Order: sequence, then C-alpha cells, then structure tokens
Amino acid sequence: MTAASATAARRAFAPNWAGRAGLAALAAYAVYAAAQLDITWARLMVGFGEAGRFLARMVPPNFARWELLVEGLLESLQIAILASALGILLSLPLGLMAARNLSPWFVSAPTRAFIALCRSLHYVIVAILFVKAIGFGALAGVAALTIASMGFIAKLFAEAIEEISMKPVEAVRAAGAPGASVLLYAVLPQVALRFLGFCLYQLDSNLRNSTLVGIVGAGGIGGTLFAAFKRFDYDFVAAILIAIIAMIFLAELVSGRIRAALQ
Amino acid sequence: MSGAATVRPRPTVPAGAPTAPVPTGARRGLEIRGLVKEYVPGQPVLRGIDLDVAPEGITAVIGPSGTGKSTLIRCINRLVEPTRGEIRLHGEALTGLRGRALRLARRRIGMVFQEYNLVERLSVMENVLCGRLGYVPVWRAWLRRYPAEDIERAFALLDAVGLPDHATRRADALSGGQRQRVGIARALMQRPELLLADEPTSSLDPKTAVEVLELLARLTAEAGVPVIVNIHNVELAKRFAGRIVGMAGGAIVFDGPPEALEPVHLRQIYGGEDWL
Repeated sequence: MTAASATAARRAFAPNWAGRAGLAALAAYAVYAAAQLDITWARLMVGFGEAGRFLARMVPPNFARWELLVEGLLESLQIAILASALGILLSLPLGLMAARNLSPWFVSAPTRAFIALCRSLHYVIVAILFVKAIGFGALAGVAALTIASMGFIAKLFAEAIEEISMKPVEAVRAAGAPGASVLLYAVLPQVALRFLGFCLYQLDSNLRNSTLVGIVGAGGIGGTLFAAFKRFDYDFVAAILIAIIAMIFLAELVSGRIRAALQ
Repeated sequence: MSGAATVRPRPTVPAGAPTAPVPTGARRGLEIRGLVKEYVPGQPVLRGIDLDVAPEGITAVIGPSGTGKSTLIRCINRLVEPTRGEIRLHGEALTGLRGRALRLARRRIGMVFQEYNLVERLSVMENVLCGRLGYVPVWRAWLRRYPAEDIERAFALLDAVGLPDHATRRADALSGGQRQRVGIARALMQRPELLLADEPTSSLDPKTAVEVLELLARLTAEAGVPVIVNIHNVELAKRFAGRIVGMAGGAIVFDGPPEALEPVHLRQIYGGEDWL
C-alpha cells in the first residue's frame, strides 16, 4: 500500500449526516409553510401598495395634541421605573435563594420554579390577566412589568452567583462570619457590577415594554397609540412613534453612559 | 490513594524529642484523635490521624500531593467535615459543633490559603477587616462601621506585613506576595489561638516564598500563635518549622524535629529515591 492511498482511505472530517438531513428538512418545511400561508409574490405586492398609502398618510407627523402625548409618555416612564424598582428589589432575595451553590436544594428548587413561572408567560399576556383581575390603568402595567423584571433579573442574578469564586466565601466562613456577612463581603462584591448591568438592561426593556402594555389597557402611551390607530389618525400615530423612539434613544444613551462609568 | 499505601510504622524518632509534652490546664493546644475522612465511603483520605500540637511554634506538615495534608488542616476548622474522630482546641471539642457555636470556634482559628482567597473587588483594608466578621454585628460590617480599635489594629497589621500605604487599594491590584501578606494580616486580625496555613507559598516565587514565611513566622511568634502549615517544600519546612510531621497515604509516618528528618524518612514520605 502506498502512502497516497493510505491517506485517501483516512477521513480528516467525519460527515455530519444528521446535520445535512436537518437542513434539508428545514428547507422543505419552509417552502411548504409559505405555500400554506399564501405567501406569494402577488400578495407581497398588494401589501407593499397598502404600506405606501399608509406611510404617505403619516407625513407630516402631527404634534398638535402634544399634551396628550407628553401625558402618555410620562405615564409610561413612571410605569417603567416603578416596575423596575419593584422587580429589582424582589429579584435580590429571589436570586440569592435560587443560586444552587449557596442555597440548599429545597430552597433553590422551588425558587427556580417560581422564577420560571414568571418568565413563562409573555408580559403582554400577564398585563391582560392583570387588567382583567385588578382593572384598567397603570397599576396593571406596573404589576405585569414587575413580574417580567423579576423573571429576568432573578434568573440572571442567580446564574451570576453560581459562577462566583468560592475561595473568598471559604475564607470569610473560616473567619467565623455569620451568613449575612458572608453574603455582604464575599458574594455581593463579586456580582454587584453584573447585577447593576442586568438592572440597567431591564430598565431599558421596561421603558420599551411600558409603551406596549397600554394597548391592552394597562396604562401609558400605548393606549394613546392604540386609540390613534383606531381613529386612523396616522399623522398623530407618527408623532407618537417618533416620541417613543426619541425616549428609547435617550434612555439607551443615559444607560450607556452609566455602564461606561461603572467599568 | 491505593490500598497498597499501607500505614507504615512510625520511624524511630527519640521519644521526648523537643516536640513539647502536652501541657495540662486550659491551654492544651490542639489534640486530634483517630481522625478519619472519607470523601467516598470506604476510601479514606485520612486513615486515623493522632496528633497533638503544642500552643506555640510552627508545625510543618509535609507529604506528597493528594496525601490528605489539606484535608487534615480543613478538618480542624471544619471547612471539611470529618467522617470520624475527635479534634479538640484547648480541651474544647471542635468536631460536632454546629451553627453559632461553630462560628465562634472558627473565629478563634485563623487561616491562610494557597491562593490567598481575598475578595478581589474589595479594598485591602476591607479584606483585612474580614478577619473581624466573626466578631462585629452584620449591620456594622455592612456600613463599614468597625470599632476604632479594629481599624487601628488593621493599620498596625498592614504596617507589620509591609503594606503601609495599600489600605485603600483594591486587592486585585496587588502582586501574589502582597496578596498573601494581606491574607496573613486578615488571619491575625482574628487574634487567633491557632493559625492554619494551607500551602501558603505554593503560588509564590522562591524568594517571595521565603519572605512570606519569614513574615508569618515572625508575626505569629510575636503574637504567640501556634501555626500548622502544609508545605511541600521540604527545605522551607526544615528552615522555619520547629517540628515536622510527614504524611504518606493518609497517615503520619514521621513526627519529629527538622534535624531528625533524614533521607530515609523522605523516602518513606515521598517514595522512591532517585529525586533525593
């Protein structure tokens, strides 16, 4: 046997048959689904035509009812900040209780289940539930976004705690420190920056999300937006959208600055 | 640990060698009786350790990696839970303590770690004051409102370990040798009755290792604190310790002064002879 034939007989890379079959199946299903949903070129053209008319009616944006706009925006902002503050406050103990390296399993397991429950429903669905349960208005929005914030921050916080170095924890325990002092000195300093990062991110998200909960009646600019849509006031819709985008950009800018300052 | 590593008979070290007779009364030092640790049931890492440590001087525990030196030290302050046996400090049993009683016992025992185990994101001063966490209430610790004498002592210890101007620097800005100095200051901050050092110099370069051990020896001698130090560098052990305890296969196979440690004992402890 020559060296060349020996090389040819050996495979440098194993063929990934499962991967190829999976890709082929995905492509086939995409074609099937498009046919089922009547997604055709003609339909797309009709849609683009409608979109053109819709966009044309949005310009110029109409800021005549700016007082209504500002009122809605402020309510959204308040919902976002209240929900973030409440969510952060509740996530701290939840995250600590859910961390498997610090809490015994009979504490961490139910806490993780509760956090998973908070995350399982989309916040708009939670907002609808709260509107039905406690009535229209900002309270329902705050409650829904608090649940969402808890689910997000507590989960990431618990994961951050599970990644800490246990060496300082060991040292502080060996000095005879009580549990709360161990948390304050050996655990929290290791995760404080990341926790702040999660909180800032969630505040950003809540600002965005608070503009939507109004559509289901849970307070904020979303209600104003939905009403404008229903009355075909597309120029006012454009004004609202511009205002929301401006607020989100501003928030991104501020939280980016804070993040940079924390580094 | 293979089953072949049977417990060897103790070498012939003259009885009554300067390892100090166990004194009676309150300050009896550390007494370990029949200490067994099995991480996996049926596979003991420590096979029944009997050891008395006088309330003064440095005792070095030498032996190959994985022979249970670290486990032995960690059983004393219960970072590792012993399977069987008894450990007493000045006559008071450490084994079996739980909750608050365990905390109160732990704050009497300082510990220095191989990898320093500082809180990287806290300042040097905060790390040193960690040694007082067993004494100060949580709210004081949280608000950093330590008693003035604790702060003064922390500054005095930072001077003593040669870091007088480092109080407000963050621990992660220090070199390895500086970190271990902070580790020593933290342990002494407890005003311990016993200091455990688990491979305190293994992460340091040879020169720094000697400097750190010199510091540890001097400060503990001044404070009258007995030290048990795990160390795998035999020369350093002989240089700084008044007593050498050699371990092999989870048992003590040598116990005596450094002068009595001969190549024959090192063969017993580490096996083989090519390296000698």
